[in-house]
Amino acid sequence: MAEFMHVRASVASVEQRTAAIEAAFDARGLKTEGALEQLEHAADEVWVPRNGARVVARAWTDAAYKRRLLANGRDAVLELGLTMPKHHRHLVVLEDTPAVHNVICCTLCSCTAFTIIGLPPDWYKDLEYRSRIVRQSRTVLREMGLDLPPEVEIRVWDTTADTRYMVLPLRPAHTEGWSEAQLADIVTKESMIGVARL
Amino acid sequence: MDGMHDLGGRQGFGAVRYALNAQVFHAPWEKRVNALYSLAVRLGLFNMDEYRHAIERMEPRHYLSASYYERSLTSLATLCVEKGIVSADELERRAGGAFPLASPSAPGRGNVAGRERFVPGDRVRVRDDHVPGHARMPGYIRGKRGVVVGVSPAYPFPDAHAHGVSADDEPTYDVRFEAAELWPSDADPARVHVGVFESYLVRDDVA
Repeated sequence: MAEFMHVRASVASVEQRTAAIEAAFDARGLKTEGALEQLEHAADEVWVPRNGARVVARAWTDAAYKRRLLANGRDAVLELGLTMPKHHRHLVVLEDTPAVHNVICCTLCSCTAFTIIGLPPDWYKDLEYRSRIVRQSRTVLREMGLDLPPEVEIRVWDTTADTRYMVLPLRPAHTEGWSEAQLADIVTKESMIGVARL
Repeated sequence: MDGMHDLGGRQGFGAVRYALNAQVFHAPWEKRVNALYSLAVRLGLFNMDEYRHAIERMEPRHYLSASYYERSLTSLATLCVEKGIVSADELERRAGGAFPLASPSAPGRGNVAGRERFVPGDRVRVRDDHVPGHARMPGYIRGKRGVVVGVSPAYPFPDAHAHGVSADDEPTYDVRFEAAELWPSDADPARVHVGVFESYLVRDDVA
């Protein structure tokens, strides 16, 4: 511990360390023009929960699409022009019902279908959520504001492999007759992770 | 490895610090690290299993105190050094201070001999395996019994893929465990589904 703390005391800041890697990449011609800016743009504007919201809204309004989505998520999101990284070979869509509630996590790191539901928020990557959601699911969900009726079965999905998951939340009863675009507006990242209902 | 990263079921952690619409990035360097790491993966400098393993190899105190993007930064730097892209000295010189890296890797392993194929409905048990290198088997399922509910396409076997060991790709099985099987008498009732590589499983012949 003492040795480690000694090292920590002289550690360069995260900003300096980040800049050091970037400079090393640049010196070796690895940082091609615009590549980092393009990836930063993707993180801000392309990998957004609106993607998953469109998928959910389509599934709510098109029964045939929902069947395809539940059978093969990766192919079904591609129908809406949405892609996933090569190493995400499988997207499993978890359909909530009045009797079953699904929630996703990654206890070992912070894996998510980030191109579809957006990059994971801090709390999803934090020690508390990762340690507790698998063991104290109902308690943790209640603490996060989702108090499920006792008869609802909770299914937790731990993203330990390269299969990716997203929750298909229940469609709220008051949205009868809404357009697909209106429906997409109410679907949140939290509902596709499964820590909130709509 | 039974590392600090393997958090599922550990006790003592408090309430999730939760906010709706939580920000993904809090500072420009975080977004830059994310872009640098994505670029490195695109350039084929390392694979995702190597990336995850380099995070797991971080000194445990560093792991626990680092933010998510600092862990990402440390893994990226460690792999760049280990692959000879840049030296640790150069990184420290450019950073103007110490640049903590992850600890060295232990050997990996190939596929487990005699592994079986499973189909949904099969009852399985997780092998009582302990490995010094990378694995994607959370400790909380070791030795536990469950039921296969889904099968994935074949993926690179992480225990090999993180270490440059050649191995066959394997499917993963979505295995359903009862929380009461995982933590008898001390868990909220739930079904916990885990993606488990074929090499980690044996058929459970108990009726």
